[in-house]
Amino acid sequence: MTGPPPLVLSELERDALGELVNIGVSRAAASLRTMVGDQVFLSVPAVEIVSRSTATTLVREREVGPLVAVRQGFTGAFSGQALLIFPEENSLELVRAVIGGAAAGEEIPELEREALAETANVVLNSCLATMANTLERSLTMSLPEVLRGRSAQLFDADPGGGDDGAVVLFLYINFAVAGLKIRGYIAMLMDLPSIDALLALVRDFIARVVGDQWPASPA
Amino acid sequence: MTSVLIVDDSKLARIVVGKAVAAAQPDWDRVEAANADEAMALLERLTVDVAIIDFNMPGRNGLELAELLRARFPDMPVAVATANVQDEVIAQARAVGAAFVAKPITEESLRGFLAGAAIRLRAART
Repeated sequence: MTGPPPLVLSELERDALGELVNIGVSRAAASLRTMVGDQVFLSVPAVEIVSRSTATTLVREREVGPLVAVRQGFTGAFSGQALLIFPEENSLELVRAVIGGAAAGEEIPELEREALAETANVVLNSCLATMANTLERSLTMSLPEVLRGRSAQLFDADPGGGDDGAVVLFLYINFAVAGLKIRGYIAMLMDLPSIDALLALVRDFIARVVGDQWPASPA
Repeated sequence: MTSVLIVDDSKLARIVVGKAVAAAQPDWDRVEAANADEAMALLERLTVDVAIIDFNMPGRNGLELAELLRARFPDMPVAVATANVQDEVIAQARAVGAAFVAKPITEESLRGFLAGAAIRLRAART
């Protein structure tokens, strides 16, 4: 299954999306820092718009083990589902970092779902709120939901809906908490009308920024 | 002529910073680099008076670049821009003698740093 052809982003469109996500994730890192009580390091996010099947492959190629994802729906000028995805082996590390010394070992599995949902809520809200504010639109977010499985199941936002027109704004970030290497992915599943609406807002944003730009001196 | 170096891996972010600088200090010359290595290479052939650096960049991050700049130019006004307002990041910026500017950058948020830099540069030249 190849899915629909990927949308081609211009250099500035990719740049703008990357910068929005970078600011969103940087803010999330600052919030996470207060949750885990230790410095959180981030990589620069890579941004792609791909079909759902390509997103599935991208994750499958990097991750052989089971995955944990937290999913939150968003509706507004553009709608879809946002996912924060981790390898399962990382999720317990993350939970331990969030819970710290506050829980005994046997309590951790119980708290895992809650800690994952809360962490994802901070990261996803921060990204979506930054996008919404910068693009001058509002988004409503639903409550987080924890999923487990392989990449194909995680991207199957609409079971039975097939792959028609579904695209994924796929973001790859690395973050390390308290010296632990934890890697994660952020994916935003949107249908074509929504991704078109998002890209139209991104173009408006670029026009506002670049607008009356005059070139900087050549370096 | 005062020259400001803008370092950010996002071209759009460089445009935003460039416009904020132009609004506050219309006479200043602006030069851009997309990463720390490019910035250091540029400094081999250009004189720069002020630097505004993004924190989260591929390769060396903004604080590492600020440290390199500080070692070579002890008096250069340097600002590090980020939305990552962790205590450690702000403390590291202070430790290398760099100002901290919150992202997204606006004319307003940059104005204080630029005004301070202009005063320091004038004082150094007299």
